[in-house]
Amino acid sequence: MAEMDTSSGGGHKKGPGVKKGKKLSTRVDLTPMVDLGFLLITFFMFTTTLSKPKTMQINMPTDEKVEEKDRTKIKASTVVTVLLSKEHRIYYYEGIGDDATKPPDVKVTYFRSKDGIRDVIINKKKAVADMVRSGQLGAKDQATIIIKPDANSTYEDMVNILDEMNINDVRIYAIVDITPVDKEFITLTEQANGAQ
Amino acid sequence: MPKVKIPRKGTTVDMTAMCDVAFLLLTFFMLATKFKPEEPVTVVTPNSISEIPLPDKDIMMITIDPKGRLFFSIDNPKVRMELIKNMDEYKKLGLTEQEKKAFALGASIGTPFNQLKSYLASDVDAQKAYDKTTTGIPTDTAVTSEKNELADWIRLAKNTNSQLRITIKADGKAAYPEIGKVIKTLAGWKIYKFNLITGLKAVPQGTAAYDIKNGGGEKQ
Repeated sequence: MAEMDTSSGGGHKKGPGVKKGKKLSTRVDLTPMVDLGFLLITFFMFTTTLSKPKTMQINMPTDEKVEEKDRTKIKASTVVTVLLSKEHRIYYYEGIGDDATKPPDVKVTYFRSKDGIRDVIINKKKAVADMVRSGQLGAKDQATIIIKPDANSTYEDMVNILDEMNINDVRIYAIVDITPVDKEFITLTEQANGAQ
Repeated sequence: MPKVKIPRKGTTVDMTAMCDVAFLLLTFFMLATKFKPEEPVTVVTPNSISEIPLPDKDIMMITIDPKGRLFFSIDNPKVRMELIKNMDEYKKLGLTEQEKKAFALGASIGTPFNQLKSYLASDVDAQKAYDKTTTGIPTDTAVTSEKNELADWIRLAKNTNSQLRITIKADGKAAYPEIGKVIKTLAGWKIYKFNLITGLKAVPQGTAAYDIKNGGGEKQ
């Protein structure tokens, strides 16, 4: 197929200047080359990773001792505490739940776009903004979310809740260790809802 | 009936144009490809709306598989070589040059220190088989704990190259306590800022992030 005119001489027998040799085409058959080309393309296409992985940056609170004056003061009325538990369940309550005499009203929700944790966060932001407007809170106060993943939650839950922070533009949030009191809240709520 | 003579056409097609395209694409993919050693575990990361790309170099990656096993890796072979030399000295592992080289060119490491030497000495297939059954790098909540080998890795890696950025690549199904241990260990070395590798998902409509992204600014 891939012929090339390599014959030399032999064409001069019938006189000078008269080439009688068969005119062979100089065209090369490119099919195998194209085959090879596409084979390699396929190979590189499968091995290449075009899009760089995306990352989410998080800043954890320091566990160093911070002086009293440097601490960010957060009012309990701006806080929603979110407990992550098994089967992607979310328990949440208003405030920080430190008052033993008045246990908070713990509610259950899930990650979903409607009536899920997102609405809870949006409502809290609105409530805090209203309180700032009415003067009950200082101008700098913002909705704050305290996240406490328990031993049954997964990494996905943690990323999802951090993602909700980004989605809803919550500026102040922290991942904190779960306390025995919070575990108690989860157990009580589970019992109240008849779940195991 | 007079026969209409159809001129015979050749069945050959001019391949030049196709060839051009093929090799153009080939060049593109060759340049765009970055080969990397095979990862010992497959990890399905959860998705987030975050769009910060992973930096090109100086990455220390802590991989956590669905069972909560820990793997540790650094992208740059030079840094890896330095690190294993330091680690060899520090932990008295007694590695040979060959084993150090195996570490430098390898992928993620998920072995406790007492098995590291035999792991590096074995061939690729044996390493793969080992990675399936390994318990991963032992870690703990306290950075000073004897059992917290991840803490040693992180400390020496940071000493070797202080520019290293720490990224955590964990499977969505990994239990939180394992992640918590890693975060605690990082906090123990005063590292409070790190990246989580996530997939990409669309920003849901009608949320604050959606408004910001589309130039609407904040509602409040």
